[in-house]
Amino acid sequence: MGKPMKIRASVKEGMTEVKILMQHDMETGLRKDADGTLIPAWFITEVKAEYEGRTVLDAQFGQSISKNPYLMFMFKGGSAGEKVKISWIDNKGDTRSDEVTISA
Amino acid sequence: MSKQIDMGRRKALSTGGIGLLALFGGASLLRPGAALAEWNKPAFTSKAVEEALNSLGATNPEESSIFIRLTVPEIAENGAVVPVGISSSLPNVEQISIMVDKNPNVLAAVFNIPEGTAAEVTTRVKMGKTAHVVALVKADGKFYRTSKEVKVTAGGCGG
Repeated sequence: MGKPMKIRASVKEGMTEVKILMQHDMETGLRKDADGTLIPAWFITEVKAEYEGRTVLDAQFGQSISKNPYLMFMFKGGSAGEKVKISWIDNKGDTRSDEVTISA
Repeated sequence: MSKQIDMGRRKALSTGGIGLLALFGGASLLRPGAALAEWNKPAFTSKAVEEALNSLGATNPEESSIFIRLTVPEIAENGAVVPVGISSSLPNVEQISIMVDKNPNVLAAVFNIPEGTAAEVTTRVKMGKTAHVVALVKADGKFYRTSKEVKVTAGGCGG
């Protein structure tokens, strides 16, 4: 299981803004370790955001996304106290899911 | 062995077999329905922008710096963490993609934007050297692109 995400969601003028900080090495598969051996690729491939059971963002990542990926997006609707759920899966099948309560 | 597992998972995904889904429940977390697209391997292993565009079904996108706002730093002191913001004023934006033309794998991310979600995303990408960041936007079934150069003073791909 992946490490926990830091998520913030706040609603303003009818739009909910979501900021996510995932914890992941995002290895490209092109780097070498001290012995000169290639470090295998290990990176998040998909991220999904759900609000009230519907998908509000669906992203696919490649190796070019930075270590500990950051993501910001906005969707229409949302009220303080409701929840947004973020999930990711990486190329090794590891996953992580976290929920955050929308603040005003 | 690992190949068998992988094939089993694929089968579970395509058939929705409950037993298999339960077995591989963790890996299926992000795929409760068929609505989500599979990770686009051909696009994400593309070595050139044209190749990635083709894999995304975006041949000859229209150049448009008017409809797409691409926010990147002019100079990135640390290529490992380059902030990229993309927003579009086009109606019915369905997808936003980010590419870095000089990276070994050019495609960094594809965002599928459902109705009700703003055509605006911000993330951070790695850049091995000075290159163009390309923003691709799909709106009403049509593709638009714009790009900006980012000068990288220290590469972000290590090694």
